[in-house]
Amino acid sequence: MRFLLMSAAAVSILTTFGVLFSILFEAIEFFQMRSFWYFISGIEWSPGVEDSKFGALPIFSGTFIITFIALSVALPIGLGSAIFMSEYASFSLRDKLKPLLEILAGIPTVVYGFFAAITVAPAIVSFFEIFGIHASFNSALASGIVMGIMIIPVISSLSDDVIRAVPDSQRKASLALGMTKSETIKAIVLPSALPGIISATLLGLSKALGETMIVVMAAGMRPNLSWNMLEDMTTVTVRIVDALVGDHEFDSPETLSAFALGLVLFAVTLVLNIVSVALIRKFKEKYKVNTL
Amino acid sequence: MTNEIKDSIKVRIRDLNLYYGNNHALHNINMDLHKNKITALIGPSGCGKSTFLRCLNRMNDLIRSVKVDGQVIIDEKNIYDKDVDEVAVRKRVGMVFQQPNPFPKSIYENVAYAPLKHGLIKKGHHCDDLVEKSLVQAGLWNEVKDKLKEPGTSLSGGQQQRLCIARTIAVQPDVILMDEPTSALDPISTEKIEALMLELKKKYTIIIVTHNMQQAGRIADYTAFFHLGDLIEYDETETIFINPSEKKTEDYITGRYG
Amino acid sequence: MTYFKSESSSVSKLSSSQKKIKTDNPFYDPSLQKRHAQARRFKFLTVASIIFAISFLVFFLGDMIVKGLPAFQQSYMLIDVTYNEKTVDSTRKAIDKKYRRIVSRSWLRDIPAMVEQDPSLMNTTQATWVLVNHQVDQYMKGHYYKIKNKYLNIVKEKQAVGELELRFNTIFFTHGDSKIPENSGIKSAIIGSILTLIVTMIIAFPLGVMTAVYLEEFAHDSYWTQLIEININNLAAIPSILFGLLGLAVFINLFGMPRSSPLVGGLTLALMTLPIIIVSARAALRSVPDSIRQAGYGLGLTKIQVVQDHVMPLAFPGIMTGSIIGLSQAMGETAPLIIIGMIAFIPDSPSSIFQAATVMPAQIFTWAGMPERAYIERTAAGIMVLLSILISLNALAIYLRKKFEVNW
Ligand SMILES: Nc1ncnc2c1ncn2[C@@H]1O[C@H](COP(=O)(O)OP(=O)(O)O)[C@@H](O)[C@H]1O
Ligand SMILES: [Mg+2]
Repeated sequence: MRFLLMSAAAVSILTTFGVLFSILFEAIEFFQMRSFWYFISGIEWSPGVEDSKFGALPIFSGTFIITFIALSVALPIGLGSAIFMSEYASFSLRDKLKPLLEILAGIPTVVYGFFAAITVAPAIVSFFEIFGIHASFNSALASGIVMGIMIIPVISSLSDDVIRAVPDSQRKASLALGMTKSETIKAIVLPSALPGIISATLLGLSKALGETMIVVMAAGMRPNLSWNMLEDMTTVTVRIVDALVGDHEFDSPETLSAFALGLVLFAVTLVLNIVSVALIRKFKEKYKVNTL
Repeated sequence: MTNEIKDSIKVRIRDLNLYYGNNHALHNINMDLHKNKITALIGPSGCGKSTFLRCLNRMNDLIRSVKVDGQVIIDEKNIYDKDVDEVAVRKRVGMVFQQPNPFPKSIYENVAYAPLKHGLIKKGHHCDDLVEKSLVQAGLWNEVKDKLKEPGTSLSGGQQQRLCIARTIAVQPDVILMDEPTSALDPISTEKIEALMLELKKKYTIIIVTHNMQQAGRIADYTAFFHLGDLIEYDETETIFINPSEKKTEDYITGRYG
Repeated sequence: MTYFKSESSSVSKLSSSQKKIKTDNPFYDPSLQKRHAQARRFKFLTVASIIFAISFLVFFLGDMIVKGLPAFQQSYMLIDVTYNEKTVDSTRKAIDKKYRRIVSRSWLRDIPAMVEQDPSLMNTTQATWVLVNHQVDQYMKGHYYKIKNKYLNIVKEKQAVGELELRFNTIFFTHGDSKIPENSGIKSAIIGSILTLIVTMIIAFPLGVMTAVYLEEFAHDSYWTQLIEININNLAAIPSILFGLLGLAVFINLFGMPRSSPLVGGLTLALMTLPIIIVSARAALRSVPDSIRQAGYGLGLTKIQVVQDHVMPLAFPGIMTGSIIGLSQAMGETAPLIIIGMIAFIPDSPSSIFQAATVMPAQIFTWAGMPERAYIERTAAGIMVLLSILISLNALAIYLRKKFEVNW
């Protein structure tokens, strides 16, 4: 019985390594066909043509820009919501608001994707038309904003927890010195909660990088090395999907490129997660809380 | 009331009642607190000492269910008047807590934080001077002058408490409230803080809650005995300890309960 | 005295009431006004962010409902339909020529089946409510439509005499996907989802609970358990699409399982759901007080008996709650299923876990990519169905938690 339970526990390890190795082996196969160096620094991505090239830089840049937009939306709103819930709202209000925000986290991403493509993207196009600026129907901005909304609860929920874990004695000490509430929050509470807030942000970042459906549905397919958020751009996840739903041979570089991109995604999100966990652990040790 | 007496009174409390929701925690307190004296509040636990203390700098306002009635008059002004800002009250009535609670910042920042926010000083050598002066007054300077950049939380418990006192006097208050400031400390640290209070009363009016009657006897000029939300007796410390007029006070002093 | 002096310079600018406040209020501090204004601005910002987040939610749900509600109705027209040998053979001829561009092709296609079901129809002509095509349907719903004038006039005539009307759309719930918009429904996706999730739960639930029991009740704090814990944590953070890569490389290419099948989809989702179940099951087990275990040991029971008979029943509601939440997350997952091919065009419901299937979110994805306007409302309607199921599942989880909540 004990052995059975232990093997069950081993499955989770097996899975992690399964994901790693299944990606790693195919990625190695890819890099035997194509240069690793060109993959991470080349600026042309043109699978499926005669002289196909696999330079992922424009894909990375698109991913970076969309993720950046998402965090610019999610961080202030998520943190602001967390501060409101933990510092200003009454218990009963907070108990109502938190599940409401968590609905945002429970909505399937395909639904966000539809919303981004059908409602937000056209709205952005018409909005910029007013100023005579052309925006793409697959703009990075549309998917970035919607992705940002999706990760608001990731940031707000964990931040709310860490802010509330900051001992009340510190707030009282500051208020007793004649500080206003906002001064206390900004100068005392938030710096104390900072490791947790950074940790939450990294989790949000990791979620944004790995998000697929929103960008598949609302962002572009075109690898586009540009800073303009109103242009269409593509991301790592979009290209993974694109490479695998096409009709290429499994052993072709076209298909295998998905695994090379997947390997990068795996490595980056893994590092983000490890750092994030380490930060939270530090916070917990400092304030001796174990409710997080 | 002659002017002299009036001048020697820093805080006058009139018909003060406090409710936590339906719990009537303070009953009709009337009391005059003397300037540049140490007043000790004693009484069994749960009798409302801390609650009373928090009325003096309006910290009770932070508790949602609290309702305060009556007047706390500091410098001829009722601090519960509509035109009084509780932030300004707390600036002039500082508070030191039972558990030392330095901010998780450097020793220097712990002291400089509030004066900077209040705009009492600007960053630079004025600030350095104020930090030094406050730490000297709190009797901590010699111990920390070489490690001002280290976190306040790295100090020992007694040092932390003196840092909290330094932090409080850096704001230049008139009144300092202390809620059992030594109950979490060892005897040597306690002794240091008691000595410090005797020094500080030259400049400040000090009100201290203590459950240690010897402490009240050692340092307090006046002592008030609270019981179940009532102010039973308030007089010079000597009188309270040697010749109390209330039976309850005597029982408590002689250790019959509490 | 300096007090008065410094004040008097600015006194002239103040109204008399303010002057009074200043002079007899030792707590007056003009610099505080600025700080309080700052405090109000700060609070306002936090309120604004939460209001933004909540109003987005409201707007978003509203948008889905507005877009999706029309799909729950479908237009039908009352026309004469002739059933005989010839029309069963060539169904176009069953109706008057002028209606051929109005009536749905899929409805005509079903005529032979209708006759087979009800042979008394044979050789009769009946006035029948007939499904119309999606352009006419869009016209009825006041959306953009493309109908030639000739036909539009007929449509308007029919509408005027009440022989064209919107009815509840049963097709949406009884049909699978279709290239004919008015004939498409979500049924095969629902069946696909159910089959997939059955596979998921059959794998993930026992594995997750057993892992949790091992970690909480049996494992000592060793290097090995720490490794497992770190792994579970990382597993939860791996982007879902990478599980799709695993499914493709391992289940399909290595083990040769059928592509697009609920089997592969369910296995893939099981691996993703595992960490959720483990974490919640551990929390549930941990919340069972040690006194219960001690009592069991006191009776001379073995560790396994104690866990089985005394700990598990108490932890069960918590485990169920976590599993339902894991289930609902798996239900909304799309990306990994696209990778393993579960976006195939599936008109008929799959009947086994080895057949090609699609799932609800994948169906939503497919419809969202269709050019016809009629699919947009179906996408939104599909979203409404999916969200209703998810909300019900979560409500059930919350109910279970509340009902069995015990404060030890
Ligand atoms: N935050 C609070 N909310 C409700 N009741 C309180 C609160 N703080 C204290 N009380 C009640 O007020 C009474 C006095 O408490 P306190 O002032 O802490 O007593 P002391 O400091 O003398 O031990 C007690 O009955 C206590 O239960
Ligand atoms: Mg107390």
